[in-house]
Order: sequence, then structure tokens, then C-alpha cells
Amino acid sequence: MKSGKLYKRMNLTIFTLVMVFLYIPIIILIIFSFNDSKIVAGWQGFTVKYYLQLFENQQIKQAFQNTMLIAILSTLFSTILGVLAALGLENKRFTGRKVMNALIYVPLIMPDILMGVSLALMFNFLRVGTGMATVLIAHITFCVSYTTIVVQSRLQGFDYSLVEAAMDLGAKPWLIFWKVKFPLMIPGIIAGALLAFTLSIDDFIITFFTSGRGFDTLPIYVEGAIRRGTITTINALSTLMIGFTLFLVAITKRVRNLLLR
Amino acid sequence: MEEIRIENLTKSFDGFIAVNDVSFTIKTGELFSFLGPSGCGKTTLLRMIAGFETPLTGRIMLGNQDITQLPPYKRQVNTIFQNYSLFPHMTVYENVAFALRIKKVPHAEIDSRVKEMLQLVKMEDQAAKYPNTISGGQKQRVAIARALINKPKVLLLDEPLAALDLKLRQHMLIELMNIHDAVGITFIYVTHDQSEAMSISDRAAVMNHGNIIQSGPPDDIYERPASIFSAYFIGETNLIPAEVTSIEEEYVDLKCNAGDGEFFEIDSTFHFRPEVGQKLTVSLRPEKIAISRTKPRAQEDINVIKGIIEDILYLGSHTQYIVKVGNLKFRVFSQHKRVYFDDKALDWEEPVWLFWHDTDSWLIDEVTPMGMDVGEVNVFERPFQTSRGVKRLLKSE
Repeated sequence: MKSGKLYKRMNLTIFTLVMVFLYIPIIILIIFSFNDSKIVAGWQGFTVKYYLQLFENQQIKQAFQNTMLIAILSTLFSTILGVLAALGLENKRFTGRKVMNALIYVPLIMPDILMGVSLALMFNFLRVGTGMATVLIAHITFCVSYTTIVVQSRLQGFDYSLVEAAMDLGAKPWLIFWKVKFPLMIPGIIAGALLAFTLSIDDFIITFFTSGRGFDTLPIYVEGAIRRGTITTINALSTLMIGFTLFLVAITKRVRNLLLR
Repeated sequence: MEEIRIENLTKSFDGFIAVNDVSFTIKTGELFSFLGPSGCGKTTLLRMIAGFETPLTGRIMLGNQDITQLPPYKRQVNTIFQNYSLFPHMTVYENVAFALRIKKVPHAEIDSRVKEMLQLVKMEDQAAKYPNTISGGQKQRVAIARALINKPKVLLLDEPLAALDLKLRQHMLIELMNIHDAVGITFIYVTHDQSEAMSISDRAAVMNHGNIIQSGPPDDIYERPASIFSAYFIGETNLIPAEVTSIEEEYVDLKCNAGDGEFFEIDSTFHFRPEVGQKLTVSLRPEKIAISRTKPRAQEDINVIKGIIEDILYLGSHTQYIVKVGNLKFRVFSQHKRVYFDDKALDWEEPVWLFWHDTDSWLIDEVTPMGMDVGEVNVFERPFQTSRGVKRLLKSE
């Protein structure tokens, strides 16, 4: 009994510590985004002027638009490709199945910098001018692995007797796909899409190597701004991004609950 | 009139013959069961009728139509799957409506037919629920409604009650019979549970190793088993190795080997003409044997042998005695009645008399296999695997 109590208490302590380490920096960041001071040192009074500056800043506006456009487009394409890949890899008669399956996993473990450099090299070799198109291609490339794997894991739990049941009830293969299989894949598709979206939004390294000059996404802009020393607007920007992320998490949960009834 | 005619159907998986040259016919409106242990081919047979497996050779006729090569969605046959296979993303109502939606039946008609079906299976108040919020018995009902709404000519049931607990199983069995009476179509029922098959079927077929061993009305298979397998698989029985010593007009005299040079003599009626000196097997159901510590008075048509009680198993409705006669072990069922033998209960190691009427034993034209002890439980592998188990079994072979 006693050791059980001790165990419980230790668990709680460790959990608290983890939470503290995870969230203290974020909380500090949020607090200092309202600090009326040019440097992050000591509280100088409450202000929202950095938020206002944020909305006036044309560069940030442009970077935000770029980020969103890239995120939405790469999510769309990588999800479609991921679904098709997962369905294709399911077919046991497909000869390259095992190799393809292994290859799909590689981008997950490959360091981002490698991927970034190799993509940059390839674009250079093909004489493709860097810019939005190259960033988009790069994002789709690394997102496809994630969407494929998430959709695949959903398909693995798929009960094939449902296909037989639908066939038994008179549905032809095409209808079976749209009426039974696809609806049951949707939670996996949404999970994969959201994962791709968040990955695309906050990617720095690969974007850095493939964007070139003149096409900034938010992470690229943030890095540049910090280099130049304007940390205060960045705090405000980061706080907004945290809020947006929390919103996304909440939506994901909602959607999941709705679909996994 | 016959609804389903199976002609010389054979199916093999990677060289393992699952169904071996099987032929039979099932009449319209009949409730027909396939009964056998795991891996005997009964599920494969059902899946071929449903269209999920293509037979290697043979034909399946539905009425006058050859459906052997038709895909499942073109057959007027519907299936109730063992795990029900309800669509988890649809409500009970939509599950039942599925077949009609596929056929693009007008909405008003769908609505009235779905309601009618839900009423038949007593699920009309659960229509808006999703499958994972209802109980196993209710899922079963939905599966039945979903399969029947398309008005199939034949309904296939693949171990439909295997996932339910005993009480619910008995209840659903009666329900199934009522539904069968209400819709009047042919039911083909696959099970490994002999009591299910016995109580529900008009006719049953006992299968083993891909072959039909015996088919007929359940009581016929029980009382007149054609082989050791069907005698043993359906119900419980005592198998006695015997040799014919003489044949009279209606009786044969038999010398039974009790092992270790011990013999005892019994007589029995017969249904095939054995020869003097022929070795055969006597099947004697445990409930047909009377047990007593006092010797019954001698009668010509009663067989009496002496043994020693080795074990007593109290089973609620009856007691099972294991009685040793020489090296043979007899199983005897005795119901708890105090009308006769109301003296003190039989005890372990007690010498007793076993006796039965000579029309109650049944001769099987097969030599008792070596090492097959009478009363031994595990002569054949007892089936309690599901048909998924069968698939695994087929794969491993």
C-alpha cells in the first residue's frame, strides 16, 4: 500500500516537472509579448502596441499569407497523394510493395537538413528558380510520408468483412468504396491532413533551403527578425501562433469525436 | 421444389482440400444446417454459396439459375456474418436501408420497408442508434433485418449465435425460428454447436474433412448415426467394439471386447445385415442406459452388464456416471428422479448393474478404431473455435 502511494506521488511530481519545463517558456513568452520594453528583461508595464505593430507590418502580412497558402496547398496535395499511396500499397499483388513501404518511412527519419540540402541541390541542378513553387514541392514531398502513414494505419484496422457485407447486400466494388470504405477512412484522412498542415506551417529548415530570396514564410521571417534584433513583435506573433495551434488541436478533437462515434 | 442444388462442389486452398466433391439439395423454405468441427469445410461451403469463394469444380444452382460464377452482389442470397459486420458509420436504420439505397428504391418505399423489417426483429425503437452503442443480441437483430430486407431467396447464417452468451443464444434461437416461419424463405445455417443445429433445423448435414458424412432430420442423425463420426459428433455416445456371434431374425448376438481378455455378451436389433464373425461398433447413448445397485430381473430383450463406478459428475439436470466394465468406460446419464431407486445415492467404487433395451443400441458398420476408448471425451477434437479459427487453420495448413 505504502509503496503504491509513493509511486503515485512520484508520478505526480514527475508529471508536474515535465509540464513546468514544457510550458514555463511559453508562458514567459506570452507575458513578455505584453511588456512595454524593447528587451526581454524586467517588467516595464502592460502594452498591446506590438500586436498593433504586427498588423501594420507588411512583411509579416506577406509572410503569413505565404505560410497559409503553402500550408493549404501542400496539405491538399499531400493528402490526396497519401490516400492514393495508402490504397495502392494495400494491394498485395503490387510487386514493389515492400520496397515502397520502406521508402515511405525514410523521410520520417531522415534529418530535415539533409532533405533541405538535397532538394536545393536538385532544384539547382534542374535550374528551377527558387520561390513559391519550390517551397510547395518541398513541403508536399515531406508531408506525403506522414499522410500516407496515417491513412495506412487507419486502413490496417479496417474490417474486410464489411466489404463482403456490402457486396452481399448488392453493392458493386465502386459503390463499396464510396459508401463503406471511404467514409471509414475519413478520420484517418483528416488526421493526416491536420498533421501535414501543422508540419508545413512550422517548417523552417527545408523551407530555408528551398525558398531563396524574396519568398518568406513565417518561420523564415521570424528567424530573420530575431537576427536583426526585433524580438518584441516576434513575441506577439508567437503568442498568436500558439493561439492558432490550440484552436487547431481543439478542432481536431471535435472532428475526431464527431467521426469516431 | 428445390431452391439450392449443389453439384460436385470442390474447393481447395493451397493444396488443402476444404470442400471435397460435395453434392446436396435444399428445398424451398427449409432450415438446413451444416454441422461439423472447425476446419471441416462448412464455412467454405457457405462462402461459395454467398459468392465470396469460387469453387474449383462443380455447380451451384439457385432455382433454375446457375450462380456458380456470379459475383455476390448479383446473387439473391444474403448472409448473416458471424461478427455481424454492421457498418459502424451508419445508424441502425441506415444499415438496414443499405441494400435498398444501393438499388435506388424510392425513399418512401425504403422507409416503410425498413420500418417493417425493424419491427420484425423488434428493433423499431433503436433505429437512430449506432452499432457500437447497442448490445450483441441487438446487433444480431439488425444483421438479420439488414439481410432480409432485400427479400433474398436464401439466407445464409454463419455461426450467427457464436458470439452470444448461453441464455441469449437460446433466446435468439427461438427468435430465429420465428423469423424463419414469418418470412418463409430457405435458411442455411452453419454451426459447430450440435445442440443449436438439432433444435433449429429441419434437416442437418454432418461434415468432416470437407465431406458430408451424413444428412437428414436431426433426430434421425442422432438416433441412427451412419458412422462413428456422426455418432460421436452429435450428442454423446458410448462406442463398444463388438463381434457378431450369431444372427437371428430380428436380433444379432454380439461378443464385446472389454479388454484384457474379458468379454461380455449383448444382443441388439440391426438395420443392416451383418455377417457372423464381422467386427463392428455398437453406439449406445448414455441416456438410454439405466444404472442400479440391484440386479434387474432377467428379461429377454434387456441387456445387463456389471461394472464399477469410477467417477460421478453432478451436472444439475442429471448426473453423469463413468462406469468401468473391464477396461471399457461407459458414460451413463441418470436424471434426478426419486420415483424409483429411492434408496441412498450411488457412490464411488460401487459395483453397479447397467442395463438397456436391445432396441436402444445402434450398430455401426465400422471397426472401432484402435485407442478409442469408450467414454473417452477427446476422441475427435472437440470444436469450439469460431470460423475465423477455421480460416487460421486453413492458412496454417
